[in-house]
Amino acid sequence: MTGLAPSAQVVAAEECARAAFAEHAGDRGPLMPIFHTIQERLGYVPPEVEPVLADLLNISIAEVHGVRTFYHDFRHSPAAHTVLVCRAEACQSLGGQALMAYAEEALGVDKGEVTPDGEIRLEQVFCLGNCALGPSVMVDGRVHGRVSPARFDALVGEVRST
Amino acid sequence: MTVYVSRDSASVSVGADEVAATLERAGVQVLRTGSRGMLWLEPLVEVDTPEGRVGYGPVNPEDVGGLISSGLLDGSAPGLGLVEELPWMRTQNRLTFARVGVIDPLSPDAHLQYGGNVGLQKALAMEPAAVVAEVSDSGLRGRGGAGFPTGIKWKTVLGAEGPLKFVCCNADEGDSSTFADRMLMEGDPFTLIEGMTIAAHAVGASEGYVYIRSEYPDAVATMRAAIEIARAQGWLGDNILGSDLSYDMHVRVGAGAYICGEETSMLESLEGKRGMVRAKPPIPALEGLFGKPTVVNNVLSLGAVPQILAKGAKAYADLGVGRSRGTTIFQLGGNIARGGVYETAFGITLGELVNDLGGGTASGRPIRAVQVGGPLGAYVPVEQFDLPMDYEAFAEAGAMVGHGGIAVFDDTVDMSWMARFAFEFCAAESCGKCTPCRIGAVRGVETMDRIRAGEDREKNLLLLDDLCELMTDGSLCAMGGLTPLPVQSARRHFEEDFTGKDLAR
Repeated sequence: MTGLAPSAQVVAAEECARAAFAEHAGDRGPLMPIFHTIQERLGYVPPEVEPVLADLLNISIAEVHGVRTFYHDFRHSPAAHTVLVCRAEACQSLGGQALMAYAEEALGVDKGEVTPDGEIRLEQVFCLGNCALGPSVMVDGRVHGRVSPARFDALVGEVRST
Repeated sequence: MTVYVSRDSASVSVGADEVAATLERAGVQVLRTGSRGMLWLEPLVEVDTPEGRVGYGPVNPEDVGGLISSGLLDGSAPGLGLVEELPWMRTQNRLTFARVGVIDPLSPDAHLQYGGNVGLQKALAMEPAAVVAEVSDSGLRGRGGAGFPTGIKWKTVLGAEGPLKFVCCNADEGDSSTFADRMLMEGDPFTLIEGMTIAAHAVGASEGYVYIRSEYPDAVATMRAAIEIARAQGWLGDNILGSDLSYDMHVRVGAGAYICGEETSMLESLEGKRGMVRAKPPIPALEGLFGKPTVVNNVLSLGAVPQILAKGAKAYADLGVGRSRGTTIFQLGGNIARGGVYETAFGITLGELVNDLGGGTASGRPIRAVQVGGPLGAYVPVEQFDLPMDYEAFAEAGAMVGHGGIAVFDDTVDMSWMARFAFEFCAAESCGKCTPCRIGAVRGVETMDRIRAGEDREKNLLLLDDLCELMTDGSLCAMGGLTPLPVQSARRHFEEDFTGKDLAR
């Protein structure tokens, strides 16, 4: 996969990593903020940033890789939009489990996958802090409460068209 | 004439932004506040009247025109009446949440006008040891779930030698049915800043971090904005409010790892590492962030501190029962008719919260179980609704208060599924450091699947007991150690869901 990636993409990833490092050079223990900055700009954290950051931070590539892959949020592939469906207990008590099943069917992907057109990433999440107004869904960083299947379709439709 | 609409993300999740925009288009001046915490009324619109604010809710954007023509702007339109007189509001004792839902969260003037920084000023006039004593005397215990006395923690850090100490606020509020940390950060961020600054003065720290989960982007944005404003006001930085105290703080964002709510994992994550639990000792108070003495407190613990200093330890300690002193913020969620946050003294019963205040289920069906204290908390049946909300009473009943979250389930819930889910959650979120948690959670899912399928049920139920005992006794932290709590409480109280004929339907 990496070997087949166009070199321009690799160069962009490496440049992004250097820029993010420079912006967070003054932070203590800056790896998490660096990853967040990279993901904000590229939509995911590509593996190509690992040797660059290991070198700049003077830690092993294994350590950088370990952090990149430990956290659910640091995505391994790009997607235009991210849809999180809450599966925690409070939302389950209001049909969160069925909503996730509906989301998988409607988007034609399993949780953790991206639609074939690269538009929508569907992920499960354990709690969005909207537990009195569930079931909850987050679309590109915005929480929506009391989400029915019809509302889910509408929310996905809104981001797909933009 | 000012009209108030909440900007809290829960309110926004059901259309508060659209309501505010519609009001503004109609020429109304809208002030965005935090949420009062009556989430079933959101979007709630409030209007000033000579008697106080009157409320309307839930309001849909399409209702706005009609409301205005029937007298919304002078409060004469029929609605909920005076907000402060609603039973949910009137019966509370809002100390930490006093300003939430009332003021513009990012207005430093409003913070001062409504009693902000009084606690900080008092603290800065006191010796650090006296501040620690005040917090100890208040009886404040860690609101994150463990209930450890805050004063003892602070005293340990104060007594630790070193030129660099930290105050870390744990805002990785990952438990389902908890959202009070988020609402405080979004609704009154200066209170948390004030609490952390008091902590810094009390223990001799110069730097602070708020570790906020990534699922709370609005809280992250509000805290960051508030810190900038606080710096400009001289509430952070050198010589705070003219004192000798120099202290500054930063927001750090998690990345979707529940385990980072465990304090040592959080410290690892703050250091830029995987969120792996540390073995204790050493305790973080002595060797915490980057090996330096560190106070690690929950948002609500630090949020209680300004009021304790402002009103005195005794006033706080006079509230509550037994060794659970002061107020705490209960959060009603899940399948509940009236969900939200409710601040009151310890000792209120579970039934009073869920039935009297919460109004039972949203579905209208009978309640079957509530889970108290998040995904690692016990399932409690209706028969135990007379339990007082107090750390010790819950521990005695084989349950825990935790961070004060209550998730309600109606009679359609399948408790063997919820037990399986407890293991599934643990398997997904385990940091992987210790074997009982890492492997045990996966084996737990498999065992529950066999039980639900009716495969060798007797043997597998024995195996389940054995596994739960091992995870409880052998895990490094509460993640693996408490996952058996929801599992075994579900089993104990709802045995029929584990032994019935047709489980895997």
